Amino acid sequence: MSSAVPFWRAAGMTYIGYSNMVASAVRKCLKEPYRSEALGREKVHFTISKWSDGKPEKPTLRTDSAEE
Amino acid sequence: MFRHASRFLIRAAAGDGRSHGRTSAVAVARAFSSDVPAAPSQDTAFIEAWKKVAPNIEPPKTPLEFMKPRPPTPSAIPSKLTVNFVLPYQSEISSKEVDMVIIPATTGQMGVLPGHVATIAELKPGLLSVHEGTEVTKYFVSSGFAFIHANSFADIVAIEAVPIDRIDPSLVQKGLTDFTQKLSSATTDLEKAEAQIGVDVHSALNAALSG
Repeated sequence: MSSAVPFWRAAGMTYIGYSNMVASAVRKCLKEPYRSEALGREKVHFTISKWSDGKPEKPTLRTDSAEE
Repeated sequence: MFRHASRFLIRAAAGDGRSHGRTSAVAVARAFSSDVPAAPSQDTAFIEAWKKVAPNIEPPKTPLEFMKPRPPTPSAIPSKLTVNFVLPYQSEISSKEVDMVIIPATTGQMGVLPGHVATIAELKPGLLSVHEGTEVTKYFVSSGFAFIHANSFADIVAIEAVPIDRIDPSLVQKGLTDFTQKLSSATTDLEKAEAQIGVDVHSALNAALSG
C-alpha cells in the first residue's frame, strides 16, 4: 500500500511551495495597514550578473513581488 | 523490522562487556538533548594547557559554554508549559509560561498541557490559542510545525501568523467564492491543487473568525 500523500504533493507541489502559497493567501485577507506591510514582506529583490569571457557584464536588478 | 536488531545486540553486548572491563568505545544509548546535564561543558584538556602557557589570562570561552543547555526533563510534571512561537520575521512569544496551547495540527486541534508527551506536529491553516489563566490569545496560523519536548517546552514555528482581529471577513468571503469557482473550472492536477489549497485556507479563516 503506498503511503498517503497530501493532495498537493500528489499534484507535484513541494511542502515549501504549498506553505508559501498558504501564507500568501492569508496575507491577502488582512485588514489594511497590516496587509500592505505583509505583502511588502513577500517581495524578493535580487540582481543578476551575467558573465561573458571571464568578465562580468552590467548587473540587472530584478524585483519579484507576489504574483497574482 | 529487523534492521535495528544489530543495534540491540550491540547494546546487550555492551552491557555485559562493561562488567569485564572493556576499554574500547562501548555503544552507549545516546542521551536525548533534554537529558543532557545542566552544567555547560568545558574542554578540560584545553583549559589545563592554556593555564600552563598563560596562567594570568582567562581562557577563552567556546561557543558551547555560551549556550544555555536545555532544561532537563523534570521527574514531576511541571505546572506550566513554556512556549516559544516564532515567525521568520519576528518572535511572537518567547519563553512564556502558559497553562495550555491549542495547536491546529493536521490531525486535528491538539491541546498541549504541561507534561505532554514529546511530539512533532505539522500544522494546517487554523487557529492557535494560548491559554494563560483566564486570558486567551488567538492567532491564525498559515502552516508550520510544532515541536513539543518532554520537558514541557513547546517550540512552534509558522510562516505567517496573525491575531484574528487583523483579518478582514469580506476579503475572506470573496476569496472563498473565487477559489470555489476556480476549483470547479480547474483542469490540470496542479490547478486543482492550487484551488483546493485556496478553498481550504479560506474555509479555515472563516471558521476561525466565527469560532
